[in-house]
Amino acid sequence: MDTRSEIVTQFTQVAKEHDKRLAPLTDGLALLDSGLDSLCFAIVVARLENSLGVDPFSEDEDARFPITFGDFIRFYEHAAK
Amino acid sequence: MNMQQNNPVSLRSLILATGNVSSHVLAGHDSRATWSELAHGSVLQGEPELQGRSVLVATSHQFSSAAALIELDGVARRIVLFPPDVPREHLAYVAKTSEADALITDQPEIASMPHGIGNVVLCGRSVAPADRDRSARIQTEWILLTSGTTGLPKLAVHTLASLAGSGWHAGQPPTAVVWSTFYDMRRYGGMHIFLHACIAGTSMVLSSAHESTAEFLVRASAHGVTHISGTPSHWRRALMSPQATRIAPVYVRMSGEIVDQAILNQVRSQYPMARVDHTFASTEAGVGFYVSDGLMGFPPEVLASNPLIEMKVLDGTLRIRSNRTATRYLGEDTPVLKDSEGFVDTGDTIETRDGRCYFAGRRDGIINVGGRKVHPEEVEAVINRHPGVAMSLVRAKKNPITGALVIADVVLKNDSSQMILESEGAAANAQQNDILDFCRTELEPHKVPAAIHIVSTLSIGESGKLVRRYA
Repeated sequence: MDTRSEIVTQFTQVAKEHDKRLAPLTDGLALLDSGLDSLCFAIVVARLENSLGVDPFSEDEDARFPITFGDFIRFYEHAAK
Repeated sequence: MNMQQNNPVSLRSLILATGNVSSHVLAGHDSRATWSELAHGSVLQGEPELQGRSVLVATSHQFSSAAALIELDGVARRIVLFPPDVPREHLAYVAKTSEADALITDQPEIASMPHGIGNVVLCGRSVAPADRDRSARIQTEWILLTSGTTGLPKLAVHTLASLAGSGWHAGQPPTAVVWSTFYDMRRYGGMHIFLHACIAGTSMVLSSAHESTAEFLVRASAHGVTHISGTPSHWRRALMSPQATRIAPVYVRMSGEIVDQAILNQVRSQYPMARVDHTFASTEAGVGFYVSDGLMGFPPEVLASNPLIEMKVLDGTLRIRSNRTATRYLGEDTPVLKDSEGFVDTGDTIETRDGRCYFAGRRDGIINVGGRKVHPEEVEAVINRHPGVAMSLVRAKKNPITGALVIADVVLKNDSSQMILESEGAAANAQQNDILDFCRTELEPHKVPAAIHIVSTLSIGESGKLVRRYA
């Protein structure tokens, strides 16, 4: 499965489980405006570690936290290489 | 002769005072003896001189340790009971810390380990008559090991009096009582039952690491066990066995871990004739209290129910002061066992809801999810109420956003775990989602597991408790 569609799936799934209204997932969307709270992000990261086999946050402790949804996807795509 | 004390009470003298010594037995996995044989005989080879020594007892079989204990209480200065699940590399540390100058073992490989003890005594599992002076001369220290969450075991100092208490008097009619316990008798929970059987003169069936839960239940049934104790984890595992129907106890006791309503109900439903109690006790704090109303938690009144055992909740945890607590830890740089007023902090946190107190979990087991605290035991209690679940273990998973997340490993009932693990895919997902949905209706979002893993089994340590690895 490609990284982008897996990330979209997890954002959508976690938002649904937590009764969050998810904003349209465009690359320019600020993550803080996505509708997910930090617990949701934590769960998304944990699930992506399972499905994609990477956790870029833990692999690079100096990494800057992504600001937009597009940053988030590139962050994972970069880690997966 | 200058004795330290005049005729101190020894375990042997208490056994002989019961008057039932010839008709009631201590039954191990592959050995048994009457209390009379144990009080007059020996399992030690070569008639060793152990008067006044500090004796480390490291046997594979509980029966041998029990027999050695009866033989040496009042004779040895100190008896250190080394349970088989404590890693053997700690043997030298325990020997040094307890100043052991004699080692009793039934395993040649332990005898030959580098433990630093010159005097090694081999023991067996058959009790031979031994005609020597066995009168008690000193009050022996009994050392019980407690597993720290990491690292070295802690050595808690007890005496026969602190372990047995004064509540059990010799001469109680044992009638048809046969005690047993899933606990190893070298652990506090098992020692408590063993001493009860010794002092009341009832028969007792010891469990064994050499047999499965099913085999133990069959053996317990053959001995007609009437009274039996264990941790909730022991009971969850026992009820998963078809052999659970073999025994018909009239009394069931649970201790050692938090008792949830699901396991109380399941045990009562399996054994409708039995009284089902749960109790609080720990190696360091000794016995606390009994709860007999069939409900999880306890009414606050029980904290004041026994004038000899003072209990209070301070800074969220249960504290106990009584003559049943351990007196200290052996060794250097050990934690303080009692505060300046003599109270032992159990480390078990208490919450009060609607006028009833509940154990929330171990203070050192709390999972911190983005600054919000989660007791694994609280989440497990919810998961265990799901009709498809046999048992569960909740643990922390490191997370870069919230520091940690809650993860659950779940064993399903009726072997469905194995079937689902083999089939994978849809069945597993459906079951995981169903458990998660249930958690969402019962728990705040940060307490809901981020993932449910279906597993075929969970490890239960020799202590009878779920094996937890604190992050």
